[in-house]
Amino acid sequence: MWSLSQIAGSIHEWLSTTFNPTIALVLEMVIAGVAIIGLFAVLGLVLVIMERKVAAWIQIRLGPNRVGPKGLLQSAADTVKLLVKEGMTPDGADKFLFNLAPFIAMIVAMLLMAPIAFAKDFQFWDLNIGILYVSSISSIMVISILMAGWSSNNKYSLMGAMRSGAQIVSYELSAGLAILTIVVLTGSLQVSEIVQSQANGWWLFKGHIPAIIAFVIFMIAVTAETNRAPFDLAEAESELTAGFHTEYSGMKFALFFLSEYVNVFIVCAIGATLFLGGWMPFHIGNWEAFNHVMDYIPSSIWFFGKTFFLIFLIMWFRWTFPRLRIDQLLNLEWKYLLPISMVNLLLMTALAILGWYF
Amino acid sequence: MFLKDYIKEVYGAVKSLIVGMRRTGYYFTHHKEIITEQYPDNRATLKLADRFKGEVVMPHNENNEHRCTGCTACELACPNGTIKVVTKFDITPEGKKKKAIDKLVYHLELCTMCNLCVTACPSDAIKMAQTFEHSVYDRNKLTKILNNPGSKIMEGVE
Repeated sequence: MWSLSQIAGSIHEWLSTTFNPTIALVLEMVIAGVAIIGLFAVLGLVLVIMERKVAAWIQIRLGPNRVGPKGLLQSAADTVKLLVKEGMTPDGADKFLFNLAPFIAMIVAMLLMAPIAFAKDFQFWDLNIGILYVSSISSIMVISILMAGWSSNNKYSLMGAMRSGAQIVSYELSAGLAILTIVVLTGSLQVSEIVQSQANGWWLFKGHIPAIIAFVIFMIAVTAETNRAPFDLAEAESELTAGFHTEYSGMKFALFFLSEYVNVFIVCAIGATLFLGGWMPFHIGNWEAFNHVMDYIPSSIWFFGKTFFLIFLIMWFRWTFPRLRIDQLLNLEWKYLLPISMVNLLLMTALAILGWYF
Repeated sequence: MFLKDYIKEVYGAVKSLIVGMRRTGYYFTHHKEIITEQYPDNRATLKLADRFKGEVVMPHNENNEHRCTGCTACELACPNGTIKVVTKFDITPEGKKKKAIDKLVYHLELCTMCNLCVTACPSDAIKMAQTFEHSVYDRNKLTKILNNPGSKIMEGVE
């Protein structure tokens, strides 16, 4: 059957028969880089139009409906607009840091793509500490935001960056503990092994109530980590105009915008990998016939379906809940999410030791 | 007892969040009732809300008669000098002088559609119309005279 891993395999075979190993490796890296950049561009276009449509439907509106069929080309038109706009650097800004910050945001997003398993046997880098790698690299994100806020030499930007710093540092804890809850069950940090361990059922269902609690906490924490409403204090349009990227325009702004959406995709992909089985089809215990039917759906469709379901969930949050105040935000993390996830981790450890999961 | 309150609080918070998400989820899945007005396209069938206020007008009946007595209540009520009442004196058949309006000048460009003049009017002579396509190339066109030329006051309005 046609699959992503076969395409990758045949490209690899062709390259290694045509060129010598070094050039083949370099060419493969180039192809991977181009593929990632292409994926970023497509994700940016798709997620922006999806966000606007979801927002419109939730608010009983129509959303963009002028450019292209049903307005589906709206985000392409917006991209062209952003490309031709002037990218200004304010006079009082720290020019080097100001211009560097959006690229750091993009580089972090690119690095995070490495260990994600997009389909069966289709992964850039299956390193043995994949999940740890993701949670550690994602914390570099805050540096680009702080950099942008600090170098803009603007009070709004600085305020947004500081809030974002406090927010990401604190919410990383509960996101990490929620991830640990699943790692306790799988006994491995490797993405491929985590996916493989869910061959007979996803952890969300196999792990009883602790897994569901961990899933809820994970979704809340990653919503905060990606700076999206109801935790969008870093941008807070109504208070800080646009927070850390107030001073950015043109393509530099677009990079921040894109990295926000790519980050949403990445955290949802991690959530799908941990809780919903990654590319693993939906299997129910011993129903052989049902499982075979599910196996016929390509693994990449399973992965993207689950990821987009989680992205939809995060968009649903955004257009339902009002923004939290900074003290409420930190209260929520330190008084509620962190203690609950700690107790939950303890509970899950007990479950895992006693072998009470399916 | 602290723990009980804590759990209660978490439970209440999660419940209220789910109530909110049910509401928006309902809107998302029932994509029929749309509040968007696709304005230039539906110009012919556009239906505005009852309380929409576009500009001040003075209704006249078929005999070109209005209800304005020229009391200047609207002019006094207007917070930003939008209305200017120019009065004159009519001679009634009994030979008495009677105050009436010559012109009721209305500056649309100054008006904030606050509706205070309409509520101030004792004889319901003016009301808010629902027109809103007011853009013109010349600013002078925004200064309007509300009473029709040659109009006079309705019989029995004091």
